[in-house]
Amino acid sequence: MSTNYKELTLNGLWKNNPALVQLLGLCPLLAVTASVVNALSLGIASMLVLIGSNFAVSVFRNFIPSAVRLPVYVMIIAALVTSIELAMQALTYELYLILGIFIPLIVTNCIIMGRAEAFAAKNPIKASLYDGFIMGLGFTVVLVLLGALREILGAGTLFADMDLLFGASAANMKIVIFEDYVGFLFAILPPGAFVGLGLLIALKNAVDITMKDRELRRQSAPQKSIIKTAQVDS
Amino acid sequence: MALIQISSPHVQRPTKTADIMRLVILATLPGLLAMTFFFGWGTLINVVLASVFALLFEALCTAARKRPVGFFLKDNSALLTGILLALAIPSFAPWWVTLTGVFFAIVIAKQLYGGLGQNPFNPAMVGYALLLISFPVEMTRWTAPFDINGNSWNILSFADTFSIIFGIGASDPSVLLNLDAHTGATPLDTLKHRNGLTTEELWQSSSVLANAGAWYAVSFGYFVGGIFLIYRKIFTWHTPITLLVTLAIVSSIGFAIDPDSFADPFVHLTTGATMLGAFFIATDPVSSATSNRGKIIFAAGIAILVYVIRTWGNYPDAMAFAVMIMNLCAPFIDQYSQPRSYGHKKANTLSSGGK
Repeated sequence: MSTNYKELTLNGLWKNNPALVQLLGLCPLLAVTASVVNALSLGIASMLVLIGSNFAVSVFRNFIPSAVRLPVYVMIIAALVTSIELAMQALTYELYLILGIFIPLIVTNCIIMGRAEAFAAKNPIKASLYDGFIMGLGFTVVLVLLGALREILGAGTLFADMDLLFGASAANMKIVIFEDYVGFLFAILPPGAFVGLGLLIALKNAVDITMKDRELRRQSAPQKSIIKTAQVDS
Repeated sequence: MALIQISSPHVQRPTKTADIMRLVILATLPGLLAMTFFFGWGTLINVVLASVFALLFEALCTAARKRPVGFFLKDNSALLTGILLALAIPSFAPWWVTLTGVFFAIVIAKQLYGGLGQNPFNPAMVGYALLLISFPVEMTRWTAPFDINGNSWNILSFADTFSIIFGIGASDPSVLLNLDAHTGATPLDTLKHRNGLTTEELWQSSSVLANAGAWYAVSFGYFVGGIFLIYRKIFTWHTPITLLVTLAIVSSIGFAIDPDSFADPFVHLTTGATMLGAFFIATDPVSSATSNRGKIIFAAGIAILVYVIRTWGNYPDAMAFAVMIMNLCAPFIDQYSQPRSYGHKKANTLSSGGK
């Protein structure tokens, strides 16, 4: 079975985006996206765990008895998350304190279990690695977008405190968008995350509908197409 | 045989949405006048500002949704939302506070859900709650009222109020800097942050409570407007009267138990947002419960929540939060308060097995 990498890329980033379409991992998505730096760090952490777990599950996919596969996946994921947590504690201690409980909670992120069960358990190592990377990237992109939206609206800045993640040299990455900004607490608080994510999903759907319309108009033969909506349980 | 002849037609034309909304807007006038008289020009400026913003956003949204713009603007519902929001926010709130509030009320809370009739929450209260949690400083810029006891006017001139709201063009720059000299606590604020004083001691010492007459007058204005709307059959008595009676009962119980630390029922009814909320907010036909029994449950829930949040919560007033929480419950209340239809022994509800 040959793997269609183009299809995987399109799925992870757009058609089956974990955050915008599958709506998985909403807990960290909504909780830590108050700023770009938080969003990016949690996105990277989740992506690393996703790559690692996809790899491990794919390697051992022929040895894991299907009756106990879920506990085995959980063990693998928990081990990886613990490593990430320890690494963050060692390398980016302040960020580790800010993200707090949401690093250990990566274990419960449905995307990771979902990809292990739906993809890595059935596919070879290389494809699984790539799937983990691209799904993690799709998740991270949405996290960062939402983080940027909320940081701009909430605090009037962009890329503040990036030195927590990239070291002291990144301290001047901060862009002040609005001078003398009073701050818009709503965007920082959890309701702002829900509204922001809702708007991003609406935007994606609007783009999809426009593309589909254009596609239909280009086809000369008038065909009636049934719009299919992807539904994935978490 | 002599029969009295009454000429037809006996059936009047149905009341249009626009007429209802216009009557409600008219009914806010006594309260609006009282607020302007006692608290200065700010409310009036805010009302105009919010109306313009509301119509603007409504027009933009309906145009973006490819709906007939003129038709939806003429139903007056956006205008009413803007006016109710403007009446709720402090009179010195800057213009961008009004802009943000109206944007969320019209665009997010109303149009994104599908426009008039589709919104699960009262749009004006969504806008107000958003402002309250987002801009705590700006949203407490209530003016100290016209000073009744000293018989002197303590309200700012129109030009000064205008420059405070728009942040520009003050004839005297000290007006902008000394804003705190013109703002003050509301009675509910005073009764909440009481610095260890008993209710009795507060009434004797507080200058705010000495001027409570201004707030009574504003509430009376809204009460008159509300009674006019009941008289014109815009809404039934169920929601407002139940709300007021329940609030009176609950606060009486608290006051009877410990008069030193709880405010009396009269204060709960006549200061804060009680009257505006009871007659103009909770009666919103879209987001409240539908049947008469449902309206009674809905209003009683609001009253209890208002009392609980005012007494033990973080905010001095709670009408917006209470209304929004009960908006959430409205479909559930409707499910269990369907009236019995003619010819059936019991109402058609889930509990009766759908028969």
